[in-house]
Amino acid sequence: MTKVEAIIQTSKLEAVKDALHEIGVEGMTVLEVRGHGRQKGHTEVYRGREYTVDLIPKIKIEIVLADDIVEKSVQAIVTAARTGKIGDGKIFLTKVDDAIRIRNDERGESAL
Amino acid sequence: MAKHLILFFAIALLLVPLSPLCLSAQTPETPIPAYHPPEASQAAQAQRLAALEQQAADAKSSADNAWMLVSSALVLLMTGPGLALFYGGLVRKKNVLATMMQSFAMMAVITVVWAIVGYSIAFGAGNSFFGGLHNIFLHGVGLQPDADYAATIPAQTFMVYQLMFAIITPALITGAFAERMKFSAMLVFLTLWSLLVYDPMAHMVWGKGGLLNASLGGRFPTLDFAGGTVVHVTSGVSALVCALYLGKRLGYPKQPMPPHSVVLSFIGACLLWVGWFGFNAGSALASGNLATSAFVATHFGAAAAVVGWSAAEWLRNGKASALGAISGAVAGLVAITPAAGFVSPRAALVIGFVAGAFCFWMVTKVKSIFGYDDSLDAFGVHGAGGTIGALLTGIFAQSIINPIFKDANGKALPSGLLEGNAHQLLNQAVGIAIAWVLAIIGTLIILKFVDMTIGLRVSEEQESQGLDLSQHGEEGYYWDTPG
Repeated sequence: MTKVEAIIQTSKLEAVKDALHEIGVEGMTVLEVRGHGRQKGHTEVYRGREYTVDLIPKIKIEIVLADDIVEKSVQAIVTAARTGKIGDGKIFLTKVDDAIRIRNDERGESAL
Repeated sequence: MAKHLILFFAIALLLVPLSPLCLSAQTPETPIPAYHPPEASQAAQAQRLAALEQQAADAKSSADNAWMLVSSALVLLMTGPGLALFYGGLVRKKNVLATMMQSFAMMAVITVVWAIVGYSIAFGAGNSFFGGLHNIFLHGVGLQPDADYAATIPAQTFMVYQLMFAIITPALITGAFAERMKFSAMLVFLTLWSLLVYDPMAHMVWGKGGLLNASLGGRFPTLDFAGGTVVHVTSGVSALVCALYLGKRLGYPKQPMPPHSVVLSFIGACLLWVGWFGFNAGSALASGNLATSAFVATHFGAAAAVVGWSAAEWLRNGKASALGAISGAVAGLVAITPAAGFVSPRAALVIGFVAGAFCFWMVTKVKSIFGYDDSLDAFGVHGAGGTIGALLTGIFAQSIINPIFKDANGKALPSGLLEGNAHQLLNQAVGIAIAWVLAIIGTLIILKFVDMTIGLRVSEEQESQGLDLSQHGEEGYYWDTPG
């Protein structure tokens, strides 16, 4: 099993969700996060005082998948979330040891 | 067509029997004596004439009183929710309730103080600086008009209208010490400030025998229609003193402190604009031509100031911001306040435009040069806007709008500089200077006193926690409560 953490532009959430649903991914956890990579943020001016906002609002999608559909999902996310500009986000993959369904103690891939 | 006509006549017929009913219901005390043929006695004619005159006067009183009561409510609306929202949106979200509460507290506390002694100090007959104590506990302030102030409305209407000004003035200062003053210290400071700075200043400019009173023959007649010096210069300058005395907020200017909701401020500013019609047009103390003139000038001043501020901002920053536009409106309203009942609509446009650009410069440039933390720009908008507005009043005031100065024969004399009364600019300067000096000295003394007795600032810990929690034990927003 693999955990896919995708940090994307807030405006791309719907597109990514749809793309994942299309290839059969059923569940996901979505978080509103803030951060920055190479994108430097923007400045705001209030009555002449300038503020640099470098922690930009982003969306983070977390999904744990059976290994055979990981690559397909990653491709789906990349295609849906890409604008080609700085700030499109990143995807991180990590191995997951186990998964447990709280309702009935199911374990492993069948709990996903 | 015919059907409409029939309907019209039917309604008219229905209304005819009602009309004498309405008349007699409104004026039961002074019935018009029956018409007598010419041979009737002259005494009866005179009696009939007197009754008619009385009825005409009553009708004018009713009209004036209706407008003045509405105006009083409009001016209260400026403090709560107008100013409370305007300031509340500009602070960080951990201080939103505490900031709104400061304005609201003035609505309650100043009202009580006004009834006990404030009105007497401001509007009682007294010496040049102080109204005295003849009217404490509103003694002698009844439903009969006080002809020196407003001959057609009950003295209590005048009293309650002026109270709304006494409420908003100290509330304006709260913008300077936002996010760092103790609630208890704020209450004591502003109560004393109201008694020792506002009330004497109001007496000097508007009270019987006041040193600067233009309509009741003061020594230096200062034109201040609705409180440019009394309200805005005193509060704005005191705000600067507070900001300097209290020092900066923790982390200022390094830590970003953007407004937590320009949306709240936006609503507040729009309410201020509407309420200001009561503030300025109401200062005619009657519902006649002068009220209209002041109403128009007020609106034009505000609009031109939005254009002035936004244009300056656009040129400098490349964008016209929402916060800039609403700040400009307030600056224009401040500047037109002393002028409203003296200037033409055209002059109001000039005053507003100048004030908008000037206050933009004060807030964005001057503040950062000197580095004081006037957190919500109470000085930059009210102190600066009030001062420039009071000066421009001396330039643009016109006797055709408001013949305030008259010679012995009752002929109107020129009002402002452009009409040929250059001396007025000097009188305006005297009025402004007195307001500045009184505000600086009074505020310093009171701050020192409160600082030594109960302390002014919250602790560092309380300040970083936020005043909502540390001063009031509650929070403005509870959005993240789990279900």
